[in-house]
Amino acid sequence: MARLNVNPTRMELKKLKARLKTATRGHKLLKDKSDEMIRRFSVLIKLNKKLRDEVDSELASVLKEFAFAKGHMSESAIENAFMMPTAQLDISCQTKSIMNVIVPSITVSQSLSGGIYPYAFSEVTSEADYSVKKISQVIEKLVSLAEVEKQTAMLADEIEKNKRRVNALEYVMIPQLEETIHYITSKLDENERASITRLMKVKSMIAERQK
Amino acid sequence: MNNKMAILGEGDSVLAFKAGGVDAYYATDREQAKSLLRKLAKEYGIIFITEALATEVDDLLKKFNQTPYPIILPIPSGSGEDGYAASKLKERMEKALGVDILFNREDK
Repeated sequence: MARLNVNPTRMELKKLKARLKTATRGHKLLKDKSDEMIRRFSVLIKLNKKLRDEVDSELASVLKEFAFAKGHMSESAIENAFMMPTAQLDISCQTKSIMNVIVPSITVSQSLSGGIYPYAFSEVTSEADYSVKKISQVIEKLVSLAEVEKQTAMLADEIEKNKRRVNALEYVMIPQLEETIHYITSKLDENERASITRLMKVKSMIAERQK
Repeated sequence: MNNKMAILGEGDSVLAFKAGGVDAYYATDREQAKSLLRKLAKEYGIIFITEALATEVDDLLKKFNQTPYPIILPIPSGSGEDGYAASKLKERMEKALGVDILFNREDK
């Protein structure tokens, strides 16, 4: 590992020691952050998978019903039946912070589903009724899936970034600082020894002359 | 952010979502989907997109992952799921954890 390009002085040594201290502390903190994020992530990803599986199967059945309904009815009738929403999901989109990552947080405050179909039963098949009824339930689930999936996506990004930071500190920054500190200390020691021997030499020379 | 939901799909199946109070939009090809998605991203909080279209505009979807909103959620279309969402899930898991903790059991 290359050492930093600095002058071997006491001043620099002091600065570098302070930097090493900060780097070590930062490394520890980031490592802790990473651990906690990974723990939260693994909980979220399991929830994500569960919701995704549920949504996939439910949505498939709804869309199948819908396809049946479409086959039985005329184009205009189907337009009429599905034009007006039977259920309006009232969502409120906010953000929250998971380990300082700003993620979406959605609360479904109110879902109006009164079983009121905005069409006459005479012109619409029963499959359409079912799919209209089910779709609003599926959408509620889709909203929570959307929330969780975005959270996992953003958390995954952040975990990756954090991992890079931890690695940069652990394998580049800290060894570099340590090596430079070692270099400066040995250089300073070397200088000290040199000056001591010089002093001793001078002293002996003076002693010699005084004889 | 806006509390509205939209669906972007290529077939009639998006019509079913209208009954649930979701605004439906159609796109048939890649370019159309991209420009529509850019427009919708400014107006809606949650955008559902069918997996087939999501695969087409994958590079654009990555950009939206930087901010909390809009949320763009791939959903299976009428013809069933094609594994796009599952592969994304797997990708994220491997990115964050380095290992696959959910799917490896099924592979065996």
